[in-house]
Amino acid sequence: MPRRDDIESILLLGSGPIVIGQACEFDYSGTQACKVLAEEGYRVILMNSNPATIMTDPEFADATYVEPLDLEHARKIIEQEQPDAVLPTLGGQTGLNLAMELFEAGIIGVPGTPEMIGANAEAIGTAEDRERFKDAMVGIGLDVPSSATAHTLDEAHQVIDRIGLPVVIRPAYILGGKGTGIASTVEEFERMAHLGLEASPISEILIEESIKGWKEYELEVMRDRADNCVIICSIENLDPMGVHTGDSITVAPAQTLSDVEYQKMRDAAFACIRRVGVETGGSNVQFAINPENGDMVVIEMNPRVSRSSALASKATGFPIAKMAAKLAVGYTLDEIPNDITKKTPASFEPVIDYVVTKVPRWAFEKFPGQGDVLGTSMQSVGEAMAIGRTFPESLQKAMRSLEQGRHGLNCDRGEVQLEALSDDELLAKAGIGTPDRPFQLEACLRRGMSVDDVAAATKVDPWFLDQMSRIVEERSHLAEVGFLGVTRRDLRRAKRLGFGDAQLAYLWGVDEADVRARRLADDLRPTYKTVDTCAAEFDAQTPYHYSTWEDSDEVVDTGRPRVVILGSGPNRIGQGIEFDYCCVHASFALADAGYETVMVNCNPETVSTDYDTSDRLYFEPLTHEDALNIVEAEQASGNLVGVIVSLGGQTPLKLANSLPEGTVLGTSPHSIDVAEDRDLWNRLCARLEIPQPAGGTATDLAGARQIVDRIGFPALLRPSYVLGGRAMEIVYDDAGLARRPWRNWPASGRSGAKAACRPSVPCSSTGSSRRRSRSTSTRSAITPATSSSAA
Amino acid sequence: MSNVRDAALVLADGSVFEGEWFGADPAGGYASGEVVFNTALSGYQEIITDPSYAGQIVTFTYPHIGNYGVTPADDESRSAFCRGVIVRELARRRSNWRSESDLGEYLAQLGVPAIGGIDTRRLTRLIRDTGAIPGAFGPLDLADEAMLKQAAADEPGTAGVDLVAQVTTPERYRYGSGPLRVAAYDFGIKTSILEQLADFATVEVFPATAPADELRSIDPHGIFLSNGPGDPEVVGYAATEIRSLLDDGSTPVFGICLGHQVLALAAGASTVKLPFGHHGGNHPVRDIDSGRIDITSQNHNFAVDPGSLGGIAEMTHVNLNDDVCEGMRLLDANAWSVQHHPEAGPGPHDARHLFQQFKERMQG
Repeated sequence: MPRRDDIESILLLGSGPIVIGQACEFDYSGTQACKVLAEEGYRVILMNSNPATIMTDPEFADATYVEPLDLEHARKIIEQEQPDAVLPTLGGQTGLNLAMELFEAGIIGVPGTPEMIGANAEAIGTAEDRERFKDAMVGIGLDVPSSATAHTLDEAHQVIDRIGLPVVIRPAYILGGKGTGIASTVEEFERMAHLGLEASPISEILIEESIKGWKEYELEVMRDRADNCVIICSIENLDPMGVHTGDSITVAPAQTLSDVEYQKMRDAAFACIRRVGVETGGSNVQFAINPENGDMVVIEMNPRVSRSSALASKATGFPIAKMAAKLAVGYTLDEIPNDITKKTPASFEPVIDYVVTKVPRWAFEKFPGQGDVLGTSMQSVGEAMAIGRTFPESLQKAMRSLEQGRHGLNCDRGEVQLEALSDDELLAKAGIGTPDRPFQLEACLRRGMSVDDVAAATKVDPWFLDQMSRIVEERSHLAEVGFLGVTRRDLRRAKRLGFGDAQLAYLWGVDEADVRARRLADDLRPTYKTVDTCAAEFDAQTPYHYSTWEDSDEVVDTGRPRVVILGSGPNRIGQGIEFDYCCVHASFALADAGYETVMVNCNPETVSTDYDTSDRLYFEPLTHEDALNIVEAEQASGNLVGVIVSLGGQTPLKLANSLPEGTVLGTSPHSIDVAEDRDLWNRLCARLEIPQPAGGTATDLAGARQIVDRIGFPALLRPSYVLGGRAMEIVYDDAGLARRPWRNWPASGRSGAKAACRPSVPCSSTGSSRRRSRSTSTRSAITPATSSSAA
Repeated sequence: MSNVRDAALVLADGSVFEGEWFGADPAGGYASGEVVFNTALSGYQEIITDPSYAGQIVTFTYPHIGNYGVTPADDESRSAFCRGVIVRELARRRSNWRSESDLGEYLAQLGVPAIGGIDTRRLTRLIRDTGAIPGAFGPLDLADEAMLKQAAADEPGTAGVDLVAQVTTPERYRYGSGPLRVAAYDFGIKTSILEQLADFATVEVFPATAPADELRSIDPHGIFLSNGPGDPEVVGYAATEIRSLLDDGSTPVFGICLGHQVLALAAGASTVKLPFGHHGGNHPVRDIDSGRIDITSQNHNFAVDPGSLGGIAEMTHVNLNDDVCEGMRLLDANAWSVQHHPEAGPGPHDARHLFQQFKERMQG
């Protein structure tokens, strides 16, 4: 079944602004779709209100409307453009909900109006309406948690009279689990039912038997017009049911399912997509399994590409959004070549020979006072993904990819905060989903608690805990032999378990440079393997790599001059998609200029980590060690022109000084230092006679007090090398000054805690104003004006 | 860290891989065989106990193996016939409600030697580029590299070796109690196949060397030719008997894997050895008549040569990755077969409808 010729123009609905639960993954999926549809010769009309996206660049669509994603604007665009079809499944929940509004208003999906391709209104309704979905699943013989819907508090009470507490409350038609929660008491239940009814645009909630503590899985499914179905990726959550998938640490592929169970789940996922009626494209089906007896229930299904599909695409090398767009216009899977092998078709199921771990990044530190307990409503603002040959390796890499000052799974300065807790307190804390849980789990095991006890208290699967124990045992061995006694064999084993040089330096009380030198003296360097969808069964030239510590390396020298671009890492508040936009455009521009482009990043939601964007992609943490390893490998294997650090925001800037002399392109590391280091900046301003509020720089409380004695309260405290005013604070008295965690000052600073005190004045100028800032990434200013050179 | 037993794997081309020993202690200090790889992400127990791996050392490309333990319910035969197992990481601790024992212990019990810590991706790329290759591995307290290299060089491989004789049932036996009667040739039959057939039939399982008359004696509704290890050319004795059964006329004959290849030989077609074979659970196969695509489980190093089918059979199924013949229908007999494994075990269930087809044809 080839491409459809009965449609000529397609309206693609984007996902609008980045919100919690919906980040740049839909820019990645939408950009892929635009590219594919344009290549296929369709007229592409794009509607998206977020200008910081790649997809809204004029070249990606024939007509781009940067307009609010609401019924009225969509109606006008449809009247103006008269598209033959609307593709609603690539713009997240926002795009899907808008499509349903348009359908209900009779504007699309009914005879005489644009056709809905990918998923029609019937399918979307079946998947999104909780009660219809549940009935549909029961109808095909799948189990679901017992539940009922309610539209009023009275109805809600009748439901719990029948199924009892605890229950999960899920509002219909919502994003990222908004308004969702687990209620164990009648008071909690009333409060949450009320909130849920308010959160649902149709005032409907599903009240569901709680299966908290079960194991959670996801399957990414694709279906074509000929009813061929394939699974792209299986994902197992480290956090048990009760924590939203977007807030869970997730691992691909599934680790603890026997083939018998996996195949049963696969059959169920196919039955689900067929019954719901998603005609073409990707969907995500979530399951829970009772670890005691294997009982399996279907939790939900997304009839569209999702954050998990972005993750699955990056985890396997199978571009789900791109394929979904091709399937939507009529191709079948066997007609599309596998992007990576080129020789085999897309109608297969990727297999991988590594482990992928995704860890969410939260921003609780931006909202002091708000609890950091994770639940069924998503709270993370970004995520990092890491690839390793084993789970311990990928977990430790993911932890250091988060850029929250951690170097791995503990064995760093950050672990000190757990020392004050008693064993009971620590174990109790580990039982609750919070950003600190993985560190608490490791600490429990390191204190000698058994895997069984920790598993019983936390419901984290014993396999994951045992793998963490390997990290614990290795650490204990390394501590015993010490820096001077360590052998090459010890070091290699530690590296294979994901230990970073910085962790070993912390453990032994030496400098990271000493560990590196010791390691290089033993010729112990990472090898770079390839992500190829097929576990090396077929030859693949995909230049998509990750580091690990094995025998052989797979990076190929093309002989062309190359430039490394360090990307921006996970999304966070103060850093969304704009730096990815810059890095991607740098890559395009350098490719046009004849360079081989090499991207380094660890954020799976982005366009930069699409293996199509650059000539070579390293999916790696953006740390001193990992960046340096790549730069050295690139230098050793070919002609490295230099490294761009100034387009990815604060993350790569901090690495400028780590790189070999002379490799940084553009603004020199010294100039970056002058702009970012408060002390150097102040001296520069003084020399240039630019007036500044009185102030000074301190690295401890005593130093800060001396400055405040001079300038008085209130005073503004700002750390060096931070983004978006992170950890900036106005203090009004000495108690406020003393309250600052001087010892653990934001570890995002390169080295040593440092802060500037200034009299409190309206702080219109934050630390970020001197580098390429958020505002410059809008449509009007695409020129790479790295303003830090002003320093 | 202290009880690690260093081991090495050496291939016939001299490549050396360092690792750690586990599983059974090898007779003579080392294990040797033809090294192949399997890309399935789950199903290691089924693979290890699949008689089709006789003579071979199986490399798992997925790094973590043993995570969910083992259970007797997942055994595909009465024992393990592979010569050894190669992994990157053996799970120290299993976790699954179904499991009854650890993979390491289980291998030791079954007498299967194993090596962990191997850069299995390097090994897989090497096999992909050079083809399935003889190799030997052993613990360094019993074997050294030179000895392993010699053992690898001396390993005959699987071409021309009668591996079926090692795995077929010594005695005829009965499986299941369904209404139809199936006479099955056991070239190394998997339990999953017997389970599928038992849904509708009582299966009488015969040794590979059984004369056609023995099968005729039960007056079967259908004849089944099982999967099995190695080179189909060396089971010429079975091909002769099958030829005689085909000449009887109407009794439906259905073959899987080696059964498919032996059926082709019986009909006068020929087989070839593939460079590194198909071993995995993700191979797309198209039914040429219907266009339907099934994702299939596969395990074969030999294949029917489509060029030899002229006037004998029609190709019915094709592997979309490399156009290898995955199924055929004889022109002059009521017989058909597939190269892949519709029974799964392990792998996807997509092609299980083929057993229904067999049932329907037997019902006439």
